[in-house]
Amino acid sequence: MLNYLWLLPVLPLLGFVILAAAGKGTSKSLVAWVGAGSVGVSGLIAIGIAITFFAAPPEGMAFRQTLWTWMKAGNFEVDMALYLDALSLAFVLVITFVGFLIHLYSVEFMREEEGYHRFFAYMNLFIGTMLLLVLADNLVLLYLGWEGVGLCSYLLIGFWYSKPENGYAAQKAFIMTRVGDTALAIALFLLFTHFGTLAITELSAAAGQEEEAPFFWIAALLLLGAAGKSAQLPLQTWLPDAMAGPSPVSALIHAATMVTAGVYLLARMHVFMELSPVIMALTASCGALTLLLAAASALVQTDIKKVLAYSTMSQVGYMFLALGVGAWSAAIFHFFTHAFFKALLFLGAGVLIHALGHERNLFKMGGLRERMPLTFWTFTAGAAALAALPLLSAGFYSKDQVLWYAWSSTAGSPWLWGAGWIGAFLTALYTTRMLLLAFFGESRTNPQWTPGWRVTLPLLILAFLSLTAGFLDMPHTLAEVDLFADWQHRVLPAVATAAEVSVQEYVLQLVSGVTVLLGIYLGYLFFLKYPAWAEAVTRRWLPVRLWWYQGWGFDWLYDRLLVKPYEWVAKINREDVVDDLNQGFIATGRALYRLLISTQSGQLRWYAFGIGLGALIIITVILLA
Amino acid sequence: MMEIPLEHGLILAIALFLLGLTGLLIRRNIVFMLLSIEIMLNAAGLAFVLGGARWALPDGQVMFLFILAMTAAEVSVGLALILKIFQKYRTLDTDEMDKMRE
Repeated sequence: MLNYLWLLPVLPLLGFVILAAAGKGTSKSLVAWVGAGSVGVSGLIAIGIAITFFAAPPEGMAFRQTLWTWMKAGNFEVDMALYLDALSLAFVLVITFVGFLIHLYSVEFMREEEGYHRFFAYMNLFIGTMLLLVLADNLVLLYLGWEGVGLCSYLLIGFWYSKPENGYAAQKAFIMTRVGDTALAIALFLLFTHFGTLAITELSAAAGQEEEAPFFWIAALLLLGAAGKSAQLPLQTWLPDAMAGPSPVSALIHAATMVTAGVYLLARMHVFMELSPVIMALTASCGALTLLLAAASALVQTDIKKVLAYSTMSQVGYMFLALGVGAWSAAIFHFFTHAFFKALLFLGAGVLIHALGHERNLFKMGGLRERMPLTFWTFTAGAAALAALPLLSAGFYSKDQVLWYAWSSTAGSPWLWGAGWIGAFLTALYTTRMLLLAFFGESRTNPQWTPGWRVTLPLLILAFLSLTAGFLDMPHTLAEVDLFADWQHRVLPAVATAAEVSVQEYVLQLVSGVTVLLGIYLGYLFFLKYPAWAEAVTRRWLPVRLWWYQGWGFDWLYDRLLVKPYEWVAKINREDVVDDLNQGFIATGRALYRLLISTQSGQLRWYAFGIGLGALIIITVILLA
Repeated sequence: MMEIPLEHGLILAIALFLLGLTGLLIRRNIVFMLLSIEIMLNAAGLAFVLGGARWALPDGQVMFLFILAMTAAEVSVGLALILKIFQKYRTLDTDEMDKMRE
């Protein structure tokens, strides 16, 4: 079964080729069968591979499949090779499974849209390249997937390209992530210069022996690359704008899979991260800061999808926090649960937006609880997981692990835990706010659409997983279950816990659990029971609200720091200094041409004279030399 | 039979060649220019024959035959061209034909 590994990325890519070749007139059901079918078959194969992998683990708990030599020049050799271990298997399962559910949802959700086949072509290309990214045996192939998902993200954010602002949002996402991609490319160059290979396993093995390599810069550049893709500080501003795309796109790319590619990269290159403790600390601080800033911004958004976008940024911040303190498997576990509940929330939000005629404003929703009971209950399950409702939801178990290691790991500190703790409070508050504003209170609109089974089935499955996926890895204070951590520890090192932790684990759990409940209760008071309170606070702190609403003014800052100076330089260089050089070439050429054209007199005897003179000169040179 | 020194023959060939070249450069009538070229070719042929005689090899004579054949071909093409030129320009003065570069 493991030998079918190559089919995983190939099937969606094949689907992409077929759909890209299909014209506008192709029947929608055919497009749906090819689009969702290719991912579905891929998902079935992934499940089969997972079963084989667990039942009869391959030697060394990793399986490599070399397909062909991709390129070879001197001592630079890159194989088209796939590599499957516990880490990539976790990603493959999420990508294909959640990916298939989102495709199924899109079959119905996108039915009325222009460019149905274009949508599925891009989505299939995305799944294919994302699978290449996580299955890559070497960093070059990983980079191919990395750029491929970036391209699909661009294409799908700008899916409704007839509106210029969607195009701008797509460009912004593409250019911002390109900064990170450049850093990643430089990291690859450094790695190849110092190790002479880009195969990940060889690199990880060689890293320990080498002492000369600039580990600090390699780790720093990897971090910057990951931050670009995962929308972390300082490259986070593209994610809220990426919500211009259709809801299934946000669910698949900007919540469940692509934005976590940075987490995958850092976990995959954990050997290099561990060799540079400064960068590890920076990763943790970067994650902690991002999760706080994003949670605060999510609290004041009015667009339901932007609330979710900021919450994604914040949750990925938790993953970076876990990576930074060396809790690799906790980060992957949070990715795992987050993929389910955030995809669910985006799909649920998509149903709301669609049913209300493209209305995204939370304050224009309200009272939808009885009108759309199924959406309400599944959305509530997702919201509970996002808010990390104690014991009942998957989000609680994964976030609890992150928080515990943020304190107890040797690299951790009470400060990092504190940031995560405040973040957990804010998360509970904004999740409650979103849920209450959308589904409770007085009814303001009339839903126009009743979703069919293709939409409700993914919602139900994801809701079930949002509640139960956490039981794979229970905290030790509750039960001795750590299937997920055991699974991941075959690849990733376990957390180095400090010998003496000044607090007991259950105390921290109790504190964060109570905080979450408090956040939910406060949310209930502010946004349902006494809405006047919320208005009063808003009026009092209006500048702060605006500041947060704009995402802490990072767009403004980058505009002033980078865009404006660039435009200024462009303005004063209107005549283009560099162009003078080119113009100089042209002028010289033209002068020489004028000089030579005067010899083209058309006088036959002058030509004969020229030939004679030339012959004379050549003979003279030969005789004298 | 008295041997003619090589130098004498070569001087004759050079003189013929220069005569032909001078004719080519100073005559404006295209028929005479063609004639001058014939003289230059004959000078070259003479030099070949002289060389062949000097080293007692047939190659010089063979080369001269080649030159003769080539010259015959060249003259036929050249005269045909001159006819066309005359039909078009109604003159044989090459300086009048300097618009041909365009």
